Amino acid sequence: MTPAALLVALVALSFVAYLTGRARSLAVVGGSRRIHDLHSLPAHYGMLTALSCALPALAVLGLWLAFQDSIIAGLVAAQLPERLRNLPPELLGLVMNDVRNVVAGSVPAESAEPEIRAAAAEYVRLQGIGRAMLTAIVLAVGIAGLLVARSRISPQLRARNAVERIVQGLLIACSLVAVLTTIGIILSVLFEAMRFFARVPWYEFLFGLTWSPQTAIRADQVGASGAFGAVPLFVGTGLIAAIAMLVAVPVGLFSAVYLAEYAHPRFRAWAKPVLEVLAGVPTVVYGFFAAITVGPFLRTWGEAIGLDVSSESALAAGLVMGVMIIPFVSSLADDMITAVPQSLRDGAYALGATKSEAIRQVVLPAALPGIVGGILLAISRAIGETMIVVMAAGLAANLTLNPFEAVTTVTVQIVTLLVGDQEFDSPKTLAAFALGLVLFVTTLALNVLALHIVRKYREQYE
Amino acid sequence: MSSMSEEGKPVRRPRTPRETQELVERSLRRRYGAERRFRAYGLCAVILGIAFVAFLFATILAQGVSVFRQAYVQLDVFYDPEVIDPSGTRREDDLRLADYEALVRTALRAEFPGIEGRRDVRQLTRLVSSGAAHELQRRVLANPGLVGQRERVWLLASADVDLLLKGEIARDEIGEEGRLSEEQLAWIDTLRERGRLELRFNRTFFVNGDSREPEQAGVRGAVMGSFFTLLLTLILSFPIGVAAAVYLEEFAPRNRWTDLIEVNINNLAAVPSIVFGLLGLAVFIGFFGLPRSAPLVGALVLTLLTLPTIIIAARAALKAVPPSIRDAALAMGASPIQTVVHHVLPLAMPGILTGTIIGMARALGETAPLLMIGMVAFIVDVPSGFTDPATALPVQIFLWSDSPERGFVERTSGAIIVLLAFLIVMNTAAVLLRRRFERRW
Repeated sequence: MTPAALLVALVALSFVAYLTGRARSLAVVGGSRRIHDLHSLPAHYGMLTALSCALPALAVLGLWLAFQDSIIAGLVAAQLPERLRNLPPELLGLVMNDVRNVVAGSVPAESAEPEIRAAAAEYVRLQGIGRAMLTAIVLAVGIAGLLVARSRISPQLRARNAVERIVQGLLIACSLVAVLTTIGIILSVLFEAMRFFARVPWYEFLFGLTWSPQTAIRADQVGASGAFGAVPLFVGTGLIAAIAMLVAVPVGLFSAVYLAEYAHPRFRAWAKPVLEVLAGVPTVVYGFFAAITVGPFLRTWGEAIGLDVSSESALAAGLVMGVMIIPFVSSLADDMITAVPQSLRDGAYALGATKSEAIRQVVLPAALPGIVGGILLAISRAIGETMIVVMAAGLAANLTLNPFEAVTTVTVQIVTLLVGDQEFDSPKTLAAFALGLVLFVTTLALNVLALHIVRKYREQYE
Repeated sequence: MSSMSEEGKPVRRPRTPRETQELVERSLRRRYGAERRFRAYGLCAVILGIAFVAFLFATILAQGVSVFRQAYVQLDVFYDPEVIDPSGTRREDDLRLADYEALVRTALRAEFPGIEGRRDVRQLTRLVSSGAAHELQRRVLANPGLVGQRERVWLLASADVDLLLKGEIARDEIGEEGRLSEEQLAWIDTLRERGRLELRFNRTFFVNGDSREPEQAGVRGAVMGSFFTLLLTLILSFPIGVAAAVYLEEFAPRNRWTDLIEVNINNLAAVPSIVFGLLGLAVFIGFFGLPRSAPLVGALVLTLLTLPTIIIAARAALKAVPPSIRDAALAMGASPIQTVVHHVLPLAMPGILTGTIIGMARALGETAPLLMIGMVAFIVDVPSGFTDPATALPVQIFLWSDSPERGFVERTSGAIIVLLAFLIVMNTAAVLLRRRFERRW
């Protein structure tokens, strides 16, 4: 059976288990008239039986599917002829890729070498065996669980408590997924980055001034080593983020102040959602807009006043990114401004302040920590934003602060290093993970700081 | 108030009431002016924001709306048995391999009888897309009885003809590499006069997968890829998200561990999406050996990406259910789980669903993590399952926007319109759901 069919079968089996458990619980006490002798409702016995049928079987299924491919690949690789088996690991990986392609049918079998074809046949055979074994084991585990649970059903069995314990365990497991994700991110990025730093020293990466990751294929070529000084990327990222914040902070703050303090409720009711549309537009759309409309516009405009604007300028990417971040700043600032107690405003009015004086000298200072937190979150978003810069900023790692020139960013380089054909082991792909580590650590620090500030501030007025 | 303290500096002789009056009025005029300016800045900022929205949508619409119409040429095609099936077997394999381009060529030459010479014939056939032959093949395979018949069919014109009809390229751009020549322009005019060449509804865009030729490229493959990815994302993230929210909101004791989980979720919500892509690449593809470019892996990554959104929304919805409901259920002898499943969850469900739809909308527009796990391949076939190689709608937009052919600018905008339409539908559903079921306790 295919895994999907097996899953359906398992669902059906656990339904059968539910019915069995329920019927069995009534049978042990001798029919529904003696139902009061049972500790729990018959449905609880049914649930318990179903859970003990489904959970172990699902666990087996999941583990098997997670590791099946690597085990089969290992077995096939071990059976390859001597000539292929003794290849260096990178080339062996390529051979295994060929085998997989033949198996998947994306390469016609006739065009492959005979060894590859034989290996592919072996692969298919093992897959078939694996699938049959999987079906047998999963169904056996399911049925065994069913039978064990059924045999344990007695009037004294506290089925409800058991079910609730299991359910609560499942709930805990689900809430741990978030923690596992974080651990997964840290481990995967850190692990690959460590391998990168084993080849390129970390100080060269963090403080080097040239970035040209194109390593040559042959070791004797010119520039074979590549240069991995990431400072131009950091500067480019900072430049674009700064331009974005120059757009987003004033516009976002002023519109938040206007909407929170001045606007008629009816105007606010439609203007706020319209502004928030900007946050819902996918970033790839902004990227297209920046590359097709804003970039060429800035270029012709720059020519008109005698400026040399590159068609992939930092300015175009930064401006559009700023527009994207406006609603982010404005809705956070709006929350913070509305959270300032009315009594502070009333106090200012009582002293004769005009509305804008009350806002500038009382409300905004009171809301400042929250607003700063919001701006920090916005900066972290600007740094991590990918599609706009991939489409509108360039690939050239210029070390410059001139917004009219093309710069590149950390995220752009991660994408270019990892998209397309790649070997998993070259410093080029590993460098992407090192950049990912820097990105993750930076944004994490900004987020933690921002959330801390916002939380502190909220407590102050609650 | 600095302005007032300046005015209140000690003066040599006491002011007359009139002077004071003037002073106050002057300062008031200034302060009211500042007030009006401040207010105007705010209004400007809001209007600027709204103008951005309007401008963005207007540009995309203006560039993309023409994609819904496409140039087609009407030709009298004779399904010549000599060409399609010389051996007369009518077997599907033979019919599949026939030279359908010859049929198109013959039909075109019948339209312009005077044309001879290889160069002219080649120029003439360039008016019609290479997809026209596929269309004829499809027709014959669907209905083998057509062989030996004559039929009048609308066939795809080439991308250049399409652009010319839409006014995207001017007539004086002729002669350039790949553009239209004088003769071709004359033929186009003749065809238009005869009513044989016109813009019709662009069905191709909605039924085709990707293609290297702009006129044959469609969004179907990308839409299906997005559909499979999102379906699996929903199946995975909704139960996990709700379960996590229920645990954290209803059962979790307040201690260091649950605090850690909470901080974690809040931080994950702000981690750049590309980092999730790195995770997917290293763990799902590198470690577990799942297939590249598959909706399965895309869905796993997007699940991790949307989980924080769903958990945060679901917790807010659960928190909004008043404690009296729980107390009443517990007082009637319900167990904690029964209380939650029978009473709290149904009441919180509209809020949870709203949050889920918004999370799904975000996942639909997400591009960067999908680039990392290889959903950027050029894939012509429409995917039909969770493990087929696929791409997604936003990734398709990215791919097309990178293509040098001019016809793809319009395709890209068209795909964006399709994507935005989906997003608008999803967000409207979320808003309506909230309006319809929102309860104030």
